[in-house]
Amino acid sequence: MTRGPRWTLKVDPIRCQAHGLCAELLPEVVDLDEWGYPLLPGEVPPLLLSEARAAAAGCPTLALRLVHTD
Amino acid sequence: MSQALWYASRATGLVSLLLVTATTVLGLLGASRVATASWPRFVVAGLHRNLSLLTVAFLAVHISTAVIDPYAGIKWLDAVLPFTSSYQPIWLGLGAVALDLMIAITVTSLLRTRMSHRAWRIVHLTSYALWPIVVIHGLGNGGTDRHQAWILALYALCFLAVAAAGLLRLRATHPDTELRNVNVARWR
Ligand code: SF4
Repeated sequence: MTRGPRWTLKVDPIRCQAHGLCAELLPEVVDLDEWGYPLLPGEVPPLLLSEARAAAAGCPTLALRLVHTD
Repeated sequence: MSQALWYASRATGLVSLLLVTATTVLGLLGASRVATASWPRFVVAGLHRNLSLLTVAFLAVHISTAVIDPYAGIKWLDAVLPFTSSYQPIWLGLGAVALDLMIAITVTSLLRTRMSHRAWRIVHLTSYALWPIVVIHGLGNGGTDRHQAWILALYALCFLAVAAAGLLRLRATHPDTELRNVNVARWR
């Protein structure tokens, strides 16, 4: 099985203002807690990488980042 | 030919006003966290972005037709350097201020993910000044247009839309915002 680089979504909890756009753009990966803050899984499935990128770029406060984890 | 250019400039100017208004309203709605099932947040944000880019396209035509048209003798520099034109220096100058603001807002937004969020935000907040400047530029400049009822009605409609969205923005609250505004000193 081939394994490329692995990616995870990280949220800066101070910057995040619970706008929830990330959960709209990437519902497969991001759940929101009862106050609207994102609950993030470990890894982003490779198939959803471009959506994850769009979610990070779409965050109104730039609190969401897609980071490399090897 | 010359007439055609002048009409094209006026028409694209009016369309730009509508687009700037729509962009401003959508920005205010987004900041107020307005969303419904059929208009989720990312749709509001996407429309805000796309309409702003469309505005830039219409502005390009609005400005170049005004400059190319020899009638008023507007120079390219007048479009970016405020209050230097010989024709309608004040009203045209406000248009130049609006263009400069628009360029700054657009460029920083295109680079948003690659720059400091604080700097982006400070520049983006100037868009609150942009809309009134655009309106005054349009009303002051459009000497003949201004006396037509439908054009005045259009301006009134734009004003009502921005005022309504602005009120919504002022009244919008969210637990996260309130928490950030808590005066910690009071608890000491
Ligand atoms: S889009 Fe950004 S601000 Fe909104 S919930 Fe997600 S991480 Fe937080």
